[in-house]
Amino acid sequence: MSSQDIPEENLPAEQDRPHGAAARPADETNPFADPGLPPHEPRVQDVDERAAKRSERTVALLFTLSMLATIAFIAAFVAIDVDKSVYIFPLGHISALNFALGMTLGVALFAIGAGAVHWARTLMSDEEVADERHPIEASPEVRAKVHADFKQGAKESVIGRRKLIRNTMLGALTLVPLSGVVLLRDLGPLPGTKLRHTLWSKGKLLVNMNTNEPLRPSDVAVGSLTFAMPEGLEEHDEDFQNEIAKAALMIIRLEPDSIKDKRELEWSHEGIVAYSKICTHVGCPISLYEQQTHHALCPCHQSTFDLADGARVIFGPAGHALPQLRIGVNDEGYLEALGDFEEPVGPAYWERG
Amino acid sequence: MKKLSARRRHPLAALVVLLLALACTGGLYAAFAPASKAQADESAQSLAIDEGKKLYAVGCASCHGTGGQGTSDGPSLVGVGAAAVDFQVGTGRMPAQQPGAQVPKKKVIYSQAEIDQLAAYIASLGAGPAIPSEEKYGPEGADIAKGGELFRTNCAQCHNFTGKGGALTHGKYAPSLEGVDPKHIYEAMQTGPQNMPSFPDTTLSEQNKKDIIAYLDAVNGDDTESPGGLSLGGLGPVSEGLFAWVFGLGALIAVAVWVAARTAKAKKS
Repeated sequence: MSSQDIPEENLPAEQDRPHGAAARPADETNPFADPGLPPHEPRVQDVDERAAKRSERTVALLFTLSMLATIAFIAAFVAIDVDKSVYIFPLGHISALNFALGMTLGVALFAIGAGAVHWARTLMSDEEVADERHPIEASPEVRAKVHADFKQGAKESVIGRRKLIRNTMLGALTLVPLSGVVLLRDLGPLPGTKLRHTLWSKGKLLVNMNTNEPLRPSDVAVGSLTFAMPEGLEEHDEDFQNEIAKAALMIIRLEPDSIKDKRELEWSHEGIVAYSKICTHVGCPISLYEQQTHHALCPCHQSTFDLADGARVIFGPAGHALPQLRIGVNDEGYLEALGDFEEPVGPAYWERG
Repeated sequence: MKKLSARRRHPLAALVVLLLALACTGGLYAAFAPASKAQADESAQSLAIDEGKKLYAVGCASCHGTGGQGTSDGPSLVGVGAAAVDFQVGTGRMPAQQPGAQVPKKKVIYSQAEIDQLAAYIASLGAGPAIPSEEKYGPEGADIAKGGELFRTNCAQCHNFTGKGGALTHGKYAPSLEGVDPKHIYEAMQTGPQNMPSFPDTTLSEQNKKDIIAYLDAVNGDDTESPGGLSLGGLGPVSEGLFAWVFGLGALIAVAVWVAARTAKAKKS
């Protein structure tokens, strides 16, 4: 493309000016002086053929080293036992296979890079070249030719005359993307009310996740921390992870007079309170419980909840208090839920309200 | 019989009967009394309690009160049990050096015998967990895999997946469990020192505790190998990310600067 459309004064003064050519001083048409390019300096390799040979050998040596390292990688993979352990300072006891694979692959890649850099710096031409900007627009002749070609193509394809072909083709092209649109249905169905409900319901026993036994009030000591799941949920169930992600409980016991929140006291049993273990910020399991301050800390973003005061948020990004599960004791003396959580557990969402 | 009835009015008869009655009572007591095995033990125990009381009066009473009832500077020790004393004093946390967010582990200043005496005294104030015997925390019969599961459920949130410790609120922290005596780990689970919640036998059985200790020994013991090499404290993405950014990226920048700073020109300027 030529630069014929550009006014003369906007073009660089001399496009193919040799290196080190005289700089152009400022004048009326161009107020900025052009300092020009510095004179080109040759490298040792440009003037001394022996140095160039040496560089060539160095680059070749680096590439050969890379080849050897790759072969060593394959050999290590085949030969070294996966359980073999060696002592290497300062890494300590380390798997011999891991170490060998890492080192050989590292050397193989580094040698290619180092060789390429050395090649470019010492042997490839380093003549400075000025590459001028060009107008993006094509020249009028080229544009006219493209227009003509397009028109001729349209005419030769008879698309204007054979309307049936044109219309059915448009129809086919319009319908094809519909397959993709229909597949989007598999992103659904919408969760509906699933986020509002957990497995907890009236009469469900609180099962200790360590022992898989239902909990009695006497099992839970003041200052202790226990994790519970609803009875009937088994670790091997297909939907175990989905359900426990909503139903997981933290069970703690406080002195009843240290509970500041009236509802929390009402919903507890002899100071035993059950809170959702799922953080209301983004749903991390939250169980860093400090038994003297009664604070629970979320490890993800440091939201802190006061479990003695209705699990109020006292620090961090969480927007809601942790939902509390209302508990009581059944006829056989086991702790049981007196219903589901009253509000959705876990992070907030649009329809949560 | 005649002889006996003849002598029952003897002036010493009353004394003989009294002695007999006393011997009977004593014998019956010795036969039926609980923990009858050890009169010697018993006196040793009360001696230990006495000694412990003296040690307590010197080292602990200023914060925990003269009778262990607690003051504004220290909690009540009634019912904390011998295990709590053995943990707190045996790891050097007690006596505390200064008040603060958390009392750190430090040099143990009491001998094990003195710790046992203190523990005996505190245990005499109210029933609490006893110091565990070695078979409770030893490796025999422990299930390491189950221990790992239990550790990740109950402990890893604060102590990190392999027990390297972690931060809590307001300067508090969960200490690293590396190199901690298995007995002290057991006692900590049982008694819940400082801000750690307790995990009593009713919710985390003795076998569960043994499994957890065996897991910690497997991932954190003296002869545990680290197949990946430099473990960087085992803290996960925090230390690994820092290492990659500082040293990995730093090395790349250094190489780039070195390459660009060395001119290839024949005439050095």
